[in-house]
Amino acid sequence: MGRRIAATLKRTAIHAGPTVLGIIVLDFLFLQLMPGDVADVMAFEAGSATAETMAMMRERFGLDQPLLSQLASFLGHLAQFDLGYSPRFNASVLDIIMARLPNTVLLMATALSFALLLGIVVGSVMAAWAGRWPDRVLSVVVLLLYSMPGFWVGLMAIVLFSVKLGWLPNDSNMTIGSDFTGWALLGDRAKHLVLPALALASFFVAVYARLVRASMLEVQRQDFMRTAHAKGLHPFLIQLRHALRNALIPVTTVAGMHLGNLLGGAVVVETLFGWPGMGRLALEAVLARDFSVLLGVLLLSSLLVIVANVAIDLLHAWLDPRIGEA
Amino acid sequence: MTIDAQLASKVADVGSRAAPRKGRRLRTFARNPTFIAGVAILGFFVLLALFAGVLFPTDPQDMVAQPLLWPGDDAQYPLGTDSLGRDVLAQLVYGSRASLLVGVFSAAIGLAIGMVVGATAGFFGGWTDTLLMRLVELFQTTPTFLLVIVILVIVDPSLPTIAMAIGVSSWPTVARLVRAQFRSLRESDFVMAARSLGYSRLRIIVQEILPNALPPVIVAASVMVANAILTEAGLSFLNMRDPNVLSWGGMIGDGRDQLRNAWFLTALPGAAIAMAVLSLNLVGDGLNEILNPRSDQ
Repeated sequence: MGRRIAATLKRTAIHAGPTVLGIIVLDFLFLQLMPGDVADVMAFEAGSATAETMAMMRERFGLDQPLLSQLASFLGHLAQFDLGYSPRFNASVLDIIMARLPNTVLLMATALSFALLLGIVVGSVMAAWAGRWPDRVLSVVVLLLYSMPGFWVGLMAIVLFSVKLGWLPNDSNMTIGSDFTGWALLGDRAKHLVLPALALASFFVAVYARLVRASMLEVQRQDFMRTAHAKGLHPFLIQLRHALRNALIPVTTVAGMHLGNLLGGAVVVETLFGWPGMGRLALEAVLARDFSVLLGVLLLSSLLVIVANVAIDLLHAWLDPRIGEA
Repeated sequence: MTIDAQLASKVADVGSRAAPRKGRRLRTFARNPTFIAGVAILGFFVLLALFAGVLFPTDPQDMVAQPLLWPGDDAQYPLGTDSLGRDVLAQLVYGSRASLLVGVFSAAIGLAIGMVVGATAGFFGGWTDTLLMRLVELFQTTPTFLLVIVILVIVDPSLPTIAMAIGVSSWPTVARLVRAQFRSLRESDFVMAARSLGYSRLRIIVQEILPNALPPVIVAASVMVANAILTEAGLSFLNMRDPNVLSWGGMIGDGRDQLRNAWFLTALPGAAIAMAVLSLNLVGDGLNEILNPRSDQ
């Protein structure tokens, strides 16, 4: 078991290294193509600027250097975990992102767990009653969820739960100015988390439910299922221990592939709910033309996806002993 | 690939080459209720988009009545008016154009790039394959929506650039799909035959392998159009939209300020998006059942 996991880790590390470097260079080149720079924006906001102050600002932030030396200095700093300095937010880029990262991870983890849990339950129910009315009804519901924009689901949830019923808050990640402690604090945070997580999860619930249904039906035809039946195991146990465990492999693969999409969805959902996360930071950075922050967000998002995929590879090695031995 | 899957694909090859069975295909399409339902709803939206000018000859951006009429208040404006007194129904009808255009063109761009990359990687293999797949991985690791936003900052958002941005960031899925098809098809008998006849590589790729690799790509295409419509809605909602074009996502963004007193302004365009996307997903599911009968159930 330990060796298998070590082998998986080693293989992934060799594989992920060049990808990370490629992303860094690609992101850097992308952002060079952007029109205007942070000096323009700051000058515009100040209302006036002479050519000299503009040149001074560009010199201070290193914007006047040739492209390759900007990239080289960026890579050099990166090697020391330094993502640069944001003139706009007047703080180090890494600090700004790190302040937002936990919020995004919390939102994404909650949404993903919720989507997986509900998707697996709904998908299993659909597979168990395949072709009969529970399957048909749920198929329609799932297909509808699959077709609705997540942010619109969020808006409709706000209308119902915040405006009409007044049960849940719809702004920020905590009550501003509150001095809750202990359980009250936790409850307050949890309440603020519900609607954004639901909005982000809605589409993925549908994806996983469809996938679980298809793979559960596929698994039923396998020989080991017949063996399990022949052994006289309880049908529920067979579905849980044999069918679902095998059906989970495609689900976890797809979940890993969708992490980037989930992060993308977080941009809209975080903006909608005023959630102080990385997605909203990305949009703020775009509007402020603050390249260093946007570059940092892109980079860390990609790293997050890579790290999560390593975790999924390890999960696979645990789910299916055949994986990771080769 | 297992032996019987290989066998099945061979049999399928023979089947598709042996007899012209267009008639049977057509009947299979006509008999699939999912596909028919999808085509019907989609056709409805296409007709709306085409005849928007005939149905509502006046500019949908004009103020026509008192603002914030609720649906049903005035029979002349059955779906009410927004905060600027514009007819919501007319806006919805015109908005279908932006969604469908962006959906179709971005999918076309994504399909074109994805098919070229996937076919090249799958057919040639070796270092070409390794290099191209690294590129695919790079794009798949970057969150798509962030990538689209970055592109739209470089080029200002307008209908063509939005379609381009979504297309450029959505090709990796197609590339993977086409590559997998090409890898399994390039060793098959009919490709051997084509090689031994001395056909050029380009001819083998385009005329021999590609038509046989298309079924899953066609299914993917309908999903791509659906996803592009969803992405466009999200972008418009964030105000990254063509300022001169009405769009459903933009209507949601505008209606958001009236969420407390006039939530129908948000609900209606969202429902329109959901119906359009639903129709495409139904078409995709139907096509999948017809073209890949082994894939489900």
